Amino acid sequence: MAIESSCDETAAAVVKNGREVLSNVISSQIELHKLYGGVVPEIASRKHIEKINQVIEEALDTAHMTLEDLDAIGVTYGPGLVGALLVGVAEAKAISYAKGLPLVGVHHIEGHISANYIENKDLEPPFLCLVVSGGHTHLVIVRDYGEYQIVGRTHDDAAGEAFDKVARAIGLGYPGGPKIDKLSREGNPEAIAFPRARIEDSPYDFSFSGVKSAVLNYLNACQMKGEEINRADVAASFQKAVCDVLVEHSMQAAKDFGMKKLALAGGVASNSTLRAAMEQACARRKIACYHPSPLLCTDNAAMIGAAAYYEYQKGVRHGLDLNAVPNLQLG
Amino acid sequence: MKVLALDSSGLVASVAVVEDGNLLAEYTVNYKKTHSQTLLPMLDEIGKMIELELETVDAIAVAGGPGSFTGLRIGSATAKGLGLALQKPLVHVPTVEGLAYNLWGAKGVVCPLMDARRNQVYTGLYAFEEGKLVVLEDQMAVDVAVVAEKLNALGREVIFLGDGVPVYGEQLKALLKVPYEFAPAHLNKQRAGAIGALALEYVRQGRTETAAEHRPEYLRMAQAERERMARESAAGQERMARESVAGQERMAQQAEAEETHG
Repeated sequence: MAIESSCDETAAAVVKNGREVLSNVISSQIELHKLYGGVVPEIASRKHIEKINQVIEEALDTAHMTLEDLDAIGVTYGPGLVGALLVGVAEAKAISYAKGLPLVGVHHIEGHISANYIENKDLEPPFLCLVVSGGHTHLVIVRDYGEYQIVGRTHDDAAGEAFDKVARAIGLGYPGGPKIDKLSREGNPEAIAFPRARIEDSPYDFSFSGVKSAVLNYLNACQMKGEEINRADVAASFQKAVCDVLVEHSMQAAKDFGMKKLALAGGVASNSTLRAAMEQACARRKIACYHPSPLLCTDNAAMIGAAAYYEYQKGVRHGLDLNAVPNLQLG
Repeated sequence: MKVLALDSSGLVASVAVVEDGNLLAEYTVNYKKTHSQTLLPMLDEIGKMIELELETVDAIAVAGGPGSFTGLRIGSATAKGLGLALQKPLVHVPTVEGLAYNLWGAKGVVCPLMDARRNQVYTGLYAFEEGKLVVLEDQMAVDVAVVAEKLNALGREVIFLGDGVPVYGEQLKALLKVPYEFAPAHLNKQRAGAIGALALEYVRQGRTETAAEHRPEYLRMAQAERERMARESAAGQERMARESVAGQERMAQQAEAEETHG
C-alpha cells in the first residue's frame, strides 16, 4: 500500500508487484484551492489530515484487503509542501510501527516516472523520461529501477507553472493546463510567434519564464492598441511553443544518449498536444513512446506504490525517524 | 484501561502509556523541534521497555490543539495511523486542558499560557473541585491583556504554566491585581502523562472519536483563509455602503420631486 500527500491530492493505493493496481483512491482539493488561485499550503495540510484515514480505508476496501495482507508500506517523503508531506509520512510511519510493516520512502518524481510501469507491462529500463508537471520539468535517464540521472531541468518556471500563469492571464483560471489544452483546439498554433528558449551550453535544460513573459507582453500590447485578443490563438500558440521545446530537447537527449525508449510523466504528460507531438517525433526516429493514462499522470498513490515496490526489491527500508524532505533530490 | 498518549503541540515532544492509576512510561523531550523524527522512535523506545503489546491498548489519546499547526498534525497523523492500524478509538484532549491537568489539585485558578505569536496566547482558565478539573473558561486565542482582565475579574489566586510564561510573564505581572505563582520546571510544559491521565476520564465519560473523525483544533484559521474572509467582508461592507448611498440619493431625489410637485 502507498500513500501520497505532497501537494493538493490525498491519495492511497494498493499495488501488486509494482505493476498491478488493485485500488487507487484520490481525494482532490482542487475546488477548494480555486478560491485562492493556487494551492495554499496550510489549507492543503489541514485537508490532508481530515481525509487521510478515509482514503486509506477506501483503498484497502476496494482492493478487498486488510493491513494484514500487505508486505510493505510506501509513502512520498519529498519533494513537495513540507506540511502536506508530513501528514502522509507520520500516518505511514504509525501504520508501519503498529503493524510491523517495512516502510519505504519514495521520491515523488520517481513515482511519476514509475506510473509508466503500470500500464506498459513491457517497459523496462533503460529509457529516457520527460517529467513535466506544475512543480517539475526534468529530463531523466532511468538507468535501472531506482537509478536515475537527471540530464536536463528547468532554470526557472516548471512547464505546468507556465501553463497556470498564462491561463490566469487570459482569464481561464486554475488549474491552467487542462483549460489551455481544451481552448487550444479552437485556436491557430501558428498565429503568434512566441519564443523557444535555449540555454547556452546546456542543450537539455529548459526555461519557460521567457515564453510566459512574451505572452503577457503580447496581451498588454494588444490592450494598449485596443485590439481584440483571440484567446484561443494565444493559448494554442503558447502551448505549441512550450511543446516544441519539450519535444526538441527530449529528442536531442534521446539521440545523444542512445535511448530507444521515451516515457512521459507528470501532470502535463496528459496534455494532448504534447502527447501527439512527442509520439510523432518518436515515430520518425523509431523511438518507442510511452505515457500513462491521464488519471495516472496526476498526483496519485498507485505510482508511489509502483516505485516503492522496486525500491523494496532493492532492499530500501526506512526507519521510524523518516522525515519529510521538501527539496529532496532525485538519484 | 490502558491509554497510549501523544503530545507534539509545542516545543515538547512527549509520549506516555497510562494504565488506570499508573503511569507505566513517559518520555518527554524539550530540546529542539524535530517531532517528525523523534515522536515515533520515542514511542517505540518506551514500548520496548515496558514490553507493550499494542493490541492491549484501549485508546489512543492526543493533544488535539491548539499549538503549532505542523506539530499538531504530526501528533494527529500519528494517532490516526495508530488508531487505523490497531482499530482503537482516539481521545482528543484539548492541549490547554491537558496542560492544566499537570497541576491537578491546585488551589486557585490554573492558567496555562502557550505562545501563539502576534502578542496572543492560547489559554484557558481551570480549577480543581473535589478532585475534578473544572473548566472556568474554555481554551481560546486571546491577547495577553485580555487574560489579565479575566483573571482580575475572577479575583482569585492564579498559577501560570506553559511556554508562554517566559514570553509574556513580565507583561502579565504588570497587569495583574491578584496573587500569582509560576509552576516549577517539572510541571510547566506539555506532558503526555497528563494527556493520558485526563484521557482516562474522557473515556469514562464516553468522549472518544474514531481515528477517521479526528482532526486537530487549531483555534485559528489559515492565514490565506483569514485574508479571504476579510476581503469578502470588506467587499460586502463596501457594497452595503454603496447601496445605502444609492438609497439616500434615491430618497433625496424623491423628496426633491415631491417638493417640485408640491
